[in-house]
Amino acid sequence: MTVSRRGLLAATAAAPVLMRVQDALAQGIAPRRGGTLTTILTPEPPVLQIGVNNQGPTLVAAGKIFQGLLSFSPTLEPIPVLAKSWTISPDGKEYVFKLQEGVKFHDGHPMTAEDVIFSIMKFHFEVSPRARAIFALIDKAEAPDPLTVRITLKQPFQPFLLMFDNSACAIVPKHLFDGQDYRTAPAVQRPVGTGPFRFAEWQRGNFIRLERFADYWKPGQPYLDAIIYRIVPDSQSRRLALETGQVVLTQGSDIEPFDVPALRARPNLEVSTKGWEYFSPLAWIELNHRVKPLDDVRVRQAISMALDRNFITQRLWFGVGKPATNPIASTTRFHDASVKIAGYDVKAAAALLDAAGLKPNAQGVRFTLKHLTLPYGEVWSRLAEYLKQSLRQVGVALELESTDAGSWARRVGAWEYETTINFVYQFGDPTLGVERTYVSTNIQKVTFTNTGGYANPKVDELFATARNAADPKDRQAAFSAVQKILCEEVPQIWLMEMAFPTIHDKKVRNAITTGLGVHGSFDDVFLTA
Amino acid sequence: MEASKLPGFLLRRGVKAAIVVLAIVICNFLLVHAAPGDPASVIAGQSGAADAVFLEQLRRQFGLDQPLYVQLWIYLKSVLSLDLGFSHRQQAPVAQLVLERLPATLLLTGAAFAFALAAGVTLGALAAQRVGRWADSVITVIALTFYATPLFWVGLMLVLIFSVWLEWLPSFGMSSVGVEMHGLEVVWDVAQHLLLPALTLGLFYLAVYARLTRATMLEVADQDFVKTARAKGVPEGRILRAHVLRNALLPVITFAGIQAGQLLGGSILVETVFAWPGIGRLAFEALLARDYPVLLGVFFCTSVMVVLFNLLTDMLYAIIDPRVEVAG
Repeated sequence: MTVSRRGLLAATAAAPVLMRVQDALAQGIAPRRGGTLTTILTPEPPVLQIGVNNQGPTLVAAGKIFQGLLSFSPTLEPIPVLAKSWTISPDGKEYVFKLQEGVKFHDGHPMTAEDVIFSIMKFHFEVSPRARAIFALIDKAEAPDPLTVRITLKQPFQPFLLMFDNSACAIVPKHLFDGQDYRTAPAVQRPVGTGPFRFAEWQRGNFIRLERFADYWKPGQPYLDAIIYRIVPDSQSRRLALETGQVVLTQGSDIEPFDVPALRARPNLEVSTKGWEYFSPLAWIELNHRVKPLDDVRVRQAISMALDRNFITQRLWFGVGKPATNPIASTTRFHDASVKIAGYDVKAAAALLDAAGLKPNAQGVRFTLKHLTLPYGEVWSRLAEYLKQSLRQVGVALELESTDAGSWARRVGAWEYETTINFVYQFGDPTLGVERTYVSTNIQKVTFTNTGGYANPKVDELFATARNAADPKDRQAAFSAVQKILCEEVPQIWLMEMAFPTIHDKKVRNAITTGLGVHGSFDDVFLTA
Repeated sequence: MEASKLPGFLLRRGVKAAIVVLAIVICNFLLVHAAPGDPASVIAGQSGAADAVFLEQLRRQFGLDQPLYVQLWIYLKSVLSLDLGFSHRQQAPVAQLVLERLPATLLLTGAAFAFALAAGVTLGALAAQRVGRWADSVITVIALTFYATPLFWVGLMLVLIFSVWLEWLPSFGMSSVGVEMHGLEVVWDVAQHLLLPALTLGLFYLAVYARLTRATMLEVADQDFVKTARAKGVPEGRILRAHVLRNALLPVITFAGIQAGQLLGGSILVETVFAWPGIGRLAFEALLARDYPVLLGVFFCTSVMVVLFNLLTDMLYAIIDPRVEVAG
């Protein structure tokens, strides 16, 4: 079969990598070999095998042990990792990946196309719901030679490349998993990948130590000798650990947003909210459409207009994050900046509720809603209190219910809530991370599906068009149309494009270089003397 | 207690203890499963993506697809053969997870216990001896302060003073990680890490022991046999040690027995503030993750310890005060 090849070549995609080293050199800083990076991991992951567990902290620590075929720049352009280059056929159905030469697993086995095919077609397909949904589109995957993987899709799928990041499809060793139960195989306890650091020691409740992999495929890298993840369960203790220099890097939810301003003021620390572009978590008030009067579009619009998103991002999150403008985060592909939800307007909100026939009683209350507070830390409790105060201004009484993570997940998954807060990763493309919340075909009793129960045939149709179109222009048209409808119907009340602060000592270099930030391999991270 | 009574006593108490432990195991099992949510939904809620197949796979793997009474029966059978089960969430045997945390827990609670008991009884005795004088007032005020202050606050203040301001001691963890150390260096390193958490945990119990010792000693000091001893011309120091303190120790031992039974349970608060890798945190995190086997395993170990130490305390009574009869 002759294929005229188009698509992105490694040379262009590699530009950001080269830029970074040049930037460093321009500043007169050559990467320094040696040193141990001590950082924090919260909460402690149950296992470090990506796929078997995909929690945030797992992806951060195991991101040093495992690698995917690709990574992504802050603007979501693919960057070569284990794939040296790749081509896509003009009909968008055939993907050919050329693999890097001389890549070894930590146990010395060479990594080949067989491992890649096993990881895609067997391992992740079996254990990971996110991969299963997309890899079901694969018709066949073949290895014409040990360093080439050819994947043929049943239909074109434009966001396909986004599924080859480490967090979605880490390459695992076939020889340690094939023929076993993937979740209970011994390798889950002693993870073996191709990454720059290998698993050395885990004292549960205390620390995880990763050490430099001497046979790493990039010559001279990684620069660090070891990375130590300390497990520190209390947020104030974590802040102290950073302030006293006992750790030099924190990430994710390690530091509470209200502690960020004080840390920003410290001259030796650098605070960044970059490096979350691939995930782009969007936070919203999750409404259960089965609860009256939330099925009334005017009520949803009113709730949305009664909230000051600037207050939420500036006063509760202290500028870590941005006010949401529509269901697609501005860092996700196909976000349409011209489509915006209605702004903060308490009077208009009250008028909408009047129009919906919800008159206030003697106490000024139109109706009462229960709100399940998100149990992920102090800042979410503060948000719930803010929502209660704001909605009371327009006559909506919010009754707060507190819960723990286990009950929250079960109740949302079983539709047993009226309102709650949720934040959901978008994975770079609306088809991968946005569609699932709004299409009626995904109304399921499982978290991170359309648990709210919103249904609109036009929305279903537009998401399907965008999913199946091979041309990005057609996809943009469909996504723009769907953003307009969703902004009018407000099926969920989008609050904030979230980011998590990465805070590090200035002697830590290259902590964030891609759109995946601290989830990256850290093969280029170094400590200045 | 006569030596001949001991085997019968131990047997009767042993059988009772076994029944108590069994009842506790069943109660624990039902309680833990009564909490809303299950480990599969927790994992789904934390994974950022899920589908029905995923939940079903996890529930089957965890054995949660079986009816509750079947799960209880399986659990009882394994506990009776001293198998604490397997944590599917962490992919490790529960016994291993508990044993990993045991040294850290015992070190912390043991150090706090020894410190609290020794310092508490000494301070209490001193206060009783100098009742009404300034030393008594100072000790009483200190004891009251630590008795009434929340543990985590004491912990944070100690960290603020000794780690942040003075920079004498590390603020968290059990040892320095990533540093080559040998022999005494390791002991010294762990001791430095141990000091603040052990002090925090110990101060509360110190207050309890000090107050208890002082109160009972004052009570005993008024009794006739003390007056008799004094009339006989026994030196004041000997009266205090042999007559007053020894008789005043019974309530202290009762309380120490209760505290000793909890040694294995660790302390969630202190372990959390100081990032101490103990069993309290293991249990707390298992609770949040609905990791039933781990939670039940910790409950089982701590309940066995409590029952065991109650037995020991009863026997210790008889040794300290021969008038006390042990009864099955």
